[in-house]
Amino acid sequence: MVKVFIPRDTTSLALGADKVAREFAVAAEQRGDSVEIVRNGSRGLFWLEPMLEVETPAGRVAYGPVTHADIDSLLEQGVLQGEQGHPLSLGLTEEIPYLKKQQRLTFARAGITDPVSLDDYQAHDGFKGLRNALQMDAQAIVDAVKASGLRGRGGAAFPTGIKWQTVLDAVPTDAVNGESGQKYIVCNADEGDSGTFADRMVMEADPYMLIEGMTIAGLAVGATQGYIYLRSEYPVAHQILNEAIAKAEAAGFLGNDILGSGRRFDLEVRLGAEAYICGEETSLLESLEGKRGLVRAKPPLPAIVGLFGQPTVVNNVLSLAAIPYILDKGPQAYADYGMGRSLGTLPFQLAGNIKQGGLIELAFGLTLRELMEDFGAGTFSGRPARAVQVGGPLGAYLPESQWDTPLDYEAFSAMGAVLGHGGVVVFDDTVDMSAQARFSMEFCVAESCGKCTPCRIGSTRGVEVIDRIRNNENREANLELLTDLCDTMIDGSLCAMGGMTPFPVMSAVKHFPEDFEPQTAEGGA
Amino acid sequence: MTTHAFDEQREQRVVGIIAELKDKPGALLPILHGIQDSEGYIPESSVAMIAAELNLSRAEVHGVISFYHHFRTTPPGRHVMQVCVAEACQARGSRELESYAQEKLGVGFHQTTSDREITLEKVYCLGNCACGPSVRVDDDIVGRVSNARFDELVEELTTQTVELK
Repeated sequence: MVKVFIPRDTTSLALGADKVAREFAVAAEQRGDSVEIVRNGSRGLFWLEPMLEVETPAGRVAYGPVTHADIDSLLEQGVLQGEQGHPLSLGLTEEIPYLKKQQRLTFARAGITDPVSLDDYQAHDGFKGLRNALQMDAQAIVDAVKASGLRGRGGAAFPTGIKWQTVLDAVPTDAVNGESGQKYIVCNADEGDSGTFADRMVMEADPYMLIEGMTIAGLAVGATQGYIYLRSEYPVAHQILNEAIAKAEAAGFLGNDILGSGRRFDLEVRLGAEAYICGEETSLLESLEGKRGLVRAKPPLPAIVGLFGQPTVVNNVLSLAAIPYILDKGPQAYADYGMGRSLGTLPFQLAGNIKQGGLIELAFGLTLRELMEDFGAGTFSGRPARAVQVGGPLGAYLPESQWDTPLDYEAFSAMGAVLGHGGVVVFDDTVDMSAQARFSMEFCVAESCGKCTPCRIGSTRGVEVIDRIRNNENREANLELLTDLCDTMIDGSLCAMGGMTPFPVMSAVKHFPEDFEPQTAEGGA
Repeated sequence: MTTHAFDEQREQRVVGIIAELKDKPGALLPILHGIQDSEGYIPESSVAMIAAELNLSRAEVHGVISFYHHFRTTPPGRHVMQVCVAEACQARGSRELESYAQEKLGVGFHQTTSDREITLEKVYCLGNCACGPSVRVDDDIVGRVSNARFDELVEELTTQTVELK
């Protein structure tokens, strides 16, 4: 019996992995070959998906991108023996440079294991962190997270340990007569930023890691209920998470007696409904409560007055996914990666017009150019890259002069940009930056929760002003007005939606002014 | 089946969904998802039923339905196609695909073809950002959708229907 791996993550499926898996099984059977097909997660080498792997005595060997039309020739040329003669041969998976150059902590298991196999997970260090945490008191767990230097991976980079300490110390309002009251762990899986898919990959490739991280968080702060707020645009992740949670419950990793400890933690997936704003933590909490996703004013912090008014940890998928490693290998092992105040690793996601798009987990410090060139191998179109948007739709567009900036929180913030969730979207030289600026404002119109005026009205006015600039109506005055409007949005908005929409807009104006010039007969850039 | 009998059956399904989910904390979104998954949209008649069961006003329920792009208040076509319009797909040509899709189907976004086969929608990001432009067809996500690939997808959806008849 030969083990063959064909991924079941969104990108692989989007490129035909189901058909490859079905037809591979049929073709192998017809030839009398005995194969076991494992539907693993993706390794994150998306330009090679669907990437088929075969287990051999020398290790796993890869072939990709495989279409159903390649199956017969692959089998004929000895793919099941790991033969390397086929044009799609990639050699040993672990030796593929894109993968070999990475430092995978959070994504150590991604693509290696069957995402919903508990045995596989445990055979690869799974639940060791949870077993350790069950032996520790709450404060010791929080101290370990503090010592690791982990900062929230959702975008704001707030120290996770400090947030947990606040929730640990907070007293629920329903705590009476010796009852401890309810606290909550909420996982923000509303990964709405374009160009990001790291959360999705965790949920689709290694869901037990997230389940374990949330359970440890529950033990650390005294919360017995967790919710994963998942965007409805991720149907594959939804299915895999539900499958994993059901299996974890049945095996006693969740529920009212975790691993026989008498400790309790229940977990439920809740679906969002296509509202970008619900990735903002207070809006997310409103949505979980069954309301419109209106942003709440802070303070009070969700750590003190969170879900249903109770103390709540709201963490991003990647933050929670980093926890099992920290509790298993110790905080120092995690802190040994990274630089300055940006410790650990950050999974970058290379997307848009890029030849080799995918997930790249590295300690901080690589430059954007290295990421785009060494990993990305240039644009997909083959044309020169012109602009890069880092950190999602609210992140700045960076011109080539800024591509040598090291990828860490402080260096990016120093130039008015954000790393955010690590999404990197590359555009080639056909991009019209005034159209991109207009889109940023238009996006804010569509997604603003409407609670505060600078965001709700400012974005609408922003679209109009950019249209006038593009039509060359009173250009100079309108550019000045746009700057003024952006300042108002930055200073006056309640949350990052209105407060950061000006970043992509103003970066486009500042770094690509030629795209806002009147279009000449020959056409502008 | 008469329209009346059809409405009655639908009402029974909606009542069942509300009864099953109403005791969850923050039950409104799960209920709306349940109804839309079952009926394809949120029928006007269900708003009052939800409001009564959750002790909310109809305005509150309506406010939630209209806040989220996902929820529809009119029946969709047999299939829903969503074109991703986010930046990573734009970098790979989704702006052209947006126009092409509308032209091909002869409808604008959030409209349904006259044969009721396909509802066309926009979506902001399907998480397939390294292999765009992306399109969601019901619960399947498809990557690297060129105009020709879009034609194929439409073809597959419409041919499938013929086979079913």
